[in-house]
Amino acid sequence: MAIVSPGFTGRRRSPDAQLPPGQYLAEDFPVLTAGPTPRVTTDRWEFTVSTEVGQRYNWSWQQLMELPAEKITTDIHCVTKWSKLGTRWKGVSLDVLLEDVETAADYALVQSYGGYTTNLPLEDLLDGQAWVAYRYDDDDLTPEHGGPARLLVPHLYFWKSAKWVRGIQLLLEDEPGFWESAGYHDYGDPWREQRYQGD
Amino acid sequence: MARTAVSGRLTWRVAELAETADLTASARRLVFDVPGWPGHLPGQHVDLRLTAEDGYSVQRSYSISSAPDGDRIELAVQRVADGEVSPYLCDVLAAGDQIELRGPVGGWFVWRPADQAPVTLVAGGSGIAPLMAMIRTRAAEGSRVPFRLVYSVRTPDDVYFADELRHRAREDAGLDVKLVYTRRTPEGSPEPPGRLGVATINTYAWPAEFTPNCFVCGPTGFVETVSDVLVALGHDPRRIRTERFG
Amino acid sequence: MSDDHVDGNALAGDLREIFAVDLTAATGRCAGCGYQGSVATLRVYRNAPGLVARCPHCEEVVLRLVRGRDRAWLDLRGTVSLEIPLPS
Repeated sequence: MAIVSPGFTGRRRSPDAQLPPGQYLAEDFPVLTAGPTPRVTTDRWEFTVSTEVGQRYNWSWQQLMELPAEKITTDIHCVTKWSKLGTRWKGVSLDVLLEDVETAADYALVQSYGGYTTNLPLEDLLDGQAWVAYRYDDDDLTPEHGGPARLLVPHLYFWKSAKWVRGIQLLLEDEPGFWESAGYHDYGDPWREQRYQGD
Repeated sequence: MARTAVSGRLTWRVAELAETADLTASARRLVFDVPGWPGHLPGQHVDLRLTAEDGYSVQRSYSISSAPDGDRIELAVQRVADGEVSPYLCDVLAAGDQIELRGPVGGWFVWRPADQAPVTLVAGGSGIAPLMAMIRTRAAEGSRVPFRLVYSVRTPDDVYFADELRHRAREDAGLDVKLVYTRRTPEGSPEPPGRLGVATINTYAWPAEFTPNCFVCGPTGFVETVSDVLVALGHDPRRIRTERFG
Repeated sequence: MSDDHVDGNALAGDLREIFAVDLTAATGRCAGCGYQGSVATLRVYRNAPGLVARCPHCEEVVLRLVRGRDRAWLDLRGTVSLEIPLPS
C-alpha cells in the first residue's frame, strides 16, 4: 500500500461522470511520442490503403483535400489517464476513403510515418467512427500532434488514433500494433477500461 | 566506503524529509532519511513516488547530490513552474513528511573512486546534482584523482552550491571549477556572457590526450552540444558518459 | 519538446524492479544496425504509454517496457543480445 503524501493532488483534476473509469481531466493537450517527431511535408505525404489481396489505393495530399470533410467535436481518452473533452477536429471520414475499397478483411493495421503501428477491427473504422484528421482547433494539425494528418478514432483509447498516419493495411487476421504487442489491450475501449492485456 | 546493492529486486522505501533549504530562488535541496539505505555511488539516482489521497500517483527520477552518508541522501530539485511534482517537493513538503523512493539506481553514469583517470565534469543548470555527488565523494574518500568542473548557468544567482563550490575550489587540492554564464556574468567579470562552446571546453576541460572520464549532465540540448564538442576535440565517445534530464 | 529524449540511465529504476542486476550498464547490440553500446546510451522516450528505448545510431526501437498494475511487459525484439557485467 502506497503512503499518501499530504497535500499532494497532482495536476488539477476533477472526477467527472463524463469521464471513463480511472480517467482525469486534462486542461492542456499532452504530447506523447514513442520516438522522434517525423516531419512530413504535404507534397511528400501519401495515404495508402492496401487490401488482403495486395490491391492498393493511394491518395495524395491534394486528393485528400478534394474529398468531402467533416467537422468533429469529440472527447478523447488517453490510456495514460488523461481525457480531454470537446476537442474540435476536421478530417475525412474513413467511410469516404474506404467506400470503393473491395475487401473481405475484418482487421486493420494502421501505419504511420516513423514506423508506428496500431491495430483495430475494420468495423471500428466505419460508420462515422473514424477520420483522417488534418485540422485541430481551426488550425493545421502540428507535427507534435500528428500533422500533417492523423487517424482519429475517439471511441477507443487515443493510442489507436495514430499520429502521422500514412496508411491502413486490411487483413484477414488480427495483427498487433506497436503498443498492442507490448502489453496494451488489443481493443482498448476506455469505458470498459481495457488498458492492458487481460483487462 | 560506498556499499551498493547489487542483488535483489528494487522495492519502494519510505523516506522522511529531514531538512530542506533554498539552493537558488528556484531550486531547493531536500535531505531525506531513508532507513536501510544501502549506500550509493556518486552519479546514481532515485525514483521518487508521490501518491494523492485518491490513489493518483506519479513518479520522477532525481539524481543524488550527496556523497554516501549512512541513511541520508540529498536531492537538488529545480522548481518547474507548471510542473506536477517539483512545486510540491519545493513548496509543500515539510520536514517530517514522508514520501516513497527507490534506489539507488543506474550503474553507468557513476564515478568509481578506484578509477585513477582524470575526470572532466560538465554541468548545465540543475545537471550539477550528480556531479556534485562525485566532487563530494572525491573529497570524502581523500581521492587525488584530478577533477575539472565546467558549470554552465544563466546568471550568478542560478549557481547551486555556490558557497561550497567556491570553498572547495580553494580547499580541495586537484579540483578546478570554471563557471560559465550564459545570460549575465558577475559584476566586474572581464568575459561577456555566452553559451558554452568549443573554446571554453578546450581551455577548461582535460585534453583528450589525458584520456579523462567525461561526465556531462544537463538538459537534452546542452548534453548533445557538449558531447559533440568533446568528440570533436578528440575524446573517445566511450569515455563520455551523459545524463540528459529532458 | 516532444523530441526530448533522455538517456538509457532513465530505465534503471524500472528495470531494477524486474531484474536483480543493473541492466543499464549492460552492453546491448541493436538488431537493426548492429550498434553495440551500453543500455545507458540508448535514447529513451518516456512521454508515452511505456518506455521506448531507441538505438542512438539508427533510431530503431531496441527495447520497450510497459508497466501495468501488477505486471510488466518487456519487449526486446530490437536487441540481438545483452552482455551483463557480473561480480567475479
